[in-house]
Amino acid sequence: QGLLSRSVSRSFLSFASITGACRAIQKLTRVRVVDNSALGNTPYHRPPKCIHVYNKTGVGKVGDKILLAIKGEKKKALIVGHKMPGPTMTPRFDSNNVVLIEDNGNPVGTRIKTPIPYILRQREGEFSKVLAIARNFV
Amino acid sequence: CRISSDGKPAKFQPPPKPVIIDKQKQREERRFLSPEFIPPRGRTDPLKFYIERKDMIQRRKVFNIPEFYVGHVLAVTTADPYANEKTNRFVGICIQRGGKGLGATFVLRNVIEDQGVEICYELYNPRIQAIEVLKLEKRLDDNLMYLRDALPEYSTFDVNMKPVSHLDHEEVPVNKLQVRMKPKPWSKRWERPKYNIKGIKFELPENKMKEAQKWSQPWLEFDMLREYDTSKIEDKIWHEVSEELKK
Repeated sequence: QGLLSRSVSRSFLSFASITGACRAIQKLTRVRVVDNSALGNTPYHRPPKCIHVYNKTGVGKVGDKILLAIKGEKKKALIVGHKMPGPTMTPRFDSNNVVLIEDNGNPVGTRIKTPIPYILRQREGEFSKVLAIARNFV
Repeated sequence: CRISSDGKPAKFQPPPKPVIIDKQKQREERRFLSPEFIPPRGRTDPLKFYIERKDMIQRRKVFNIPEFYVGHVLAVTTADPYANEKTNRFVGICIQRGGKGLGATFVLRNVIEDQGVEICYELYNPRIQAIEVLKLEKRLDDNLMYLRDALPEYSTFDVNMKPVSHLDHEEVPVNKLQVRMKPKPWSKRWERPKYNIKGIKFELPENKMKEAQKWSQPWLEFDMLREYDTSKIEDKIWHEVSEELKK
């Protein structure tokens, strides 16, 4: 949890090297799940990775839905922040943040502690339930 | 009429000398010209910069942009249609000031709930409603991008911080803080002399520091073609801007 640095030894990596966190989210990026769902928070020997982005281009920005592979299961998720600098006046996060979501748009967790950009409020209709469980906004 | 209680004439006490505080002199001694006024080196027509400066001064008359350097802690309130109460307040340390003219930007960084957030604001964007300087503090470097690889405690600032009052109108205090970093790898190799960073406490072994010096380019400071002397341009522009702002 928190800012994961590469020196933290993960059991699956003893001598291999890994690339730095990807800037925008596309296939095979490792993401960080920020809600308090059980699926996102239980430790597993592989980090959650994106396997598909529901977008015309394969690059996911804030507010896009993606498919995650967590603990051997497929789960949809919503991107709430990425490392790539976006338009000016929008926040840029230090990690690629994601909130787990069901197929109909209901969030899996019950609380989101990390700050969420205000831009998501533009699509109030689709993400109203996710915005309702968010605590901080940036 | 000096009537003392004794009845004798009181001793002559000269009136206190008036203390003349020449405020104009004090202000002129410290000139600050925002770096975005200085035109970059190039072959563009100076008329373009003149028109841009007029627009910038026009905006500054309406909205006060305080003097700030990299390393200051600022609080910016912007108008946001998607926020409740339509305003969005962000507090952070300024890590970089970029851009020239009307597109001048500054990046504020803060760590909220263990998540590092950076926002790049445009100085002359009409959505900005207020900029307050919470803490005046210059750092040893011009660019604090290494804070991304430093321990998060150096980038956390309380959102409800009270503005620290700046007493002297003369000097901006320089904070000689040496920042401790997270273990390597970093996003950029900050130990290399290209970045010329003085504000990090490198805890790397000696051989790594020596290896980093291999990339030093000591001839760069003597390169005459790269020289850009801005002192005269700055003087002219400072006089122009201060006269316009006084009107």
